[in-house]
Amino acid sequence: MAYSDKVIDHYENPRNVGSFDKGDEAVGTGMVGAPACGDVMKLQIRVGPDGRIEDARFKTYGCGSAIASSSLVTEWVKGRTLDEATTIRNTQIAQELSLPPVKIHCSILAEDAIKAAVADYRKKHGAAEREDQKKVA
Amino acid sequence: MRLPIYLDYSATTPVDPRVAQKMIPYLTEHFGNPASRSHAFGWKAEEAVEEARAHVAALINADPKDIVWTSGATEGNNLAIKGAANFYKTKGKHLITQKTEHKAVLDTFRELERQGFEATYLEVEDNGIVSLEKFKAAIRPDTILASIMMVNNEIGVIHPVWEMAEICRSKGIIFHCDAVQGAGRVEIDLQKLKVDLLTITAHKIYGPKGIGALYVRRKPRVRIEAQIHGGGHERGFRSGTLATHQIAGFGEAARLAKEEMAADNKRIGALRDRLLARIKDIEEVYVNGDLERRIPHNLNVSFNYVEGESLIMAVKDIAVSSGSACTSASLEPSYVLRALGRSDELAHSSVRLTLGRFTTEEEVDFAADLLRRKVAKLRDLSPLWEMYKEGVDLNSVQWAAH
Repeated sequence: MAYSDKVIDHYENPRNVGSFDKGDEAVGTGMVGAPACGDVMKLQIRVGPDGRIEDARFKTYGCGSAIASSSLVTEWVKGRTLDEATTIRNTQIAQELSLPPVKIHCSILAEDAIKAAVADYRKKHGAAEREDQKKVA
Repeated sequence: MRLPIYLDYSATTPVDPRVAQKMIPYLTEHFGNPASRSHAFGWKAEEAVEEARAHVAALINADPKDIVWTSGATEGNNLAIKGAANFYKTKGKHLITQKTEHKAVLDTFRELERQGFEATYLEVEDNGIVSLEKFKAAIRPDTILASIMMVNNEIGVIHPVWEMAEICRSKGIIFHCDAVQGAGRVEIDLQKLKVDLLTITAHKIYGPKGIGALYVRRKPRVRIEAQIHGGGHERGFRSGTLATHQIAGFGEAARLAKEEMAADNKRIGALRDRLLARIKDIEEVYVNGDLERRIPHNLNVSFNYVEGESLIMAVKDIAVSSGSACTSASLEPSYVLRALGRSDELAHSSVRLTLGRFTTEEEVDFAADLLRRKVAKLRDLSPLWEMYKEGVDLNSVQWAAH
């Protein structure tokens, strides 16, 4: 299969590989996918005092397109607020990387990873409690 | 050393230059139709076809009259299985095969099921080999045909087809063997191997693509129904003008295979062992399939926590294939490795390296070194590797399947 130049670039020089401390209050961690499907993405965001994502890290088990999709979104989320980050759509990722139709699921996974990381951060910072209170009420 | 290095000899082999030389005159000079009986052009072509038939027969120690030319293994398997099933359908409708056969066999069985036959797909053991006991147990009074491959294409293991053929012979069941990966690699003697039908193809033994042969035993005689009708070529089993140059190439490839197999196997086996020795100390590496009952050309390994397709992309200086079918539209890992009972992660992490006549020591060393470096790089990227290193049991994680 022929990969686009952008996929190859991200794959060969992945940006922001690594991990933050999951327990850090400023860090949100999203882990999506499953080994059985051949893709697992872990995306972490570190949120600054101003509520903007100041840094991001990823690790991905998966094909070249999955690695490129996650590498790309670590670049895209930086500097965004949490709400802005969750507006990133898989179609934008697929377009940027010129993913072929059989690789669209990689971009969907990357979108899900952002949402999962944001949700994890919000959960740490009380959103979960509010949810719980709503349920009780 | 020229890059990329070809390590996918089970997918296809280059045409040996000696084979190519043999083919060329039959394209330009001796271009006659071997079925033309009325002039020297036809006679010359027919002579080449019969010479090749003798060489192909000699490779498997068969009578040349039992060789039927086909377009390749897919056609050979279709002709053997559909042809025998349809001929003997009044005797019974049960067929036996096993789960790691090539798709050309499995899909042919599926088609026969649609036509009303009943099929048993045997499981393989953890080493990738079908057990004789399970084979025997699957036989029913109405079983008419069994089809088991000699050598598996993904993991290179050798099935006990010699014993299975004996069993079938004693019970009057037609036995077909797909020996595509075995020819030229495993000694095949059809006086000892009691199969009724056997498929081989040229392009796995340094011959051209587009030509194969089906062995159809005459003593004792097996009957098959033709699948392609026309001028009645090849004893009526396979009509169509013979491709003289392809056949001449196949014949020469078979002649060379017979002559050089013992030396090739020894040399290639040593290279395979050298390759394995240089990667086996990598952490979490698993050899897929039995290492003893296996052709010397094949190494199929899983590097746990590294996804196969990304590894193949990383090692683009070596041409290998992945057990992972991620390159197709399907997200299923290799059905062969799944049949071995490998976990999904390991099935997704497999790489098949197949060596051949033109593989060198330098190439093997380069491949081993490249694999070591790239596996390490991809593990640095892998969240599964990180979890494994942290001592997390991946089976205890609730994954969100997608």
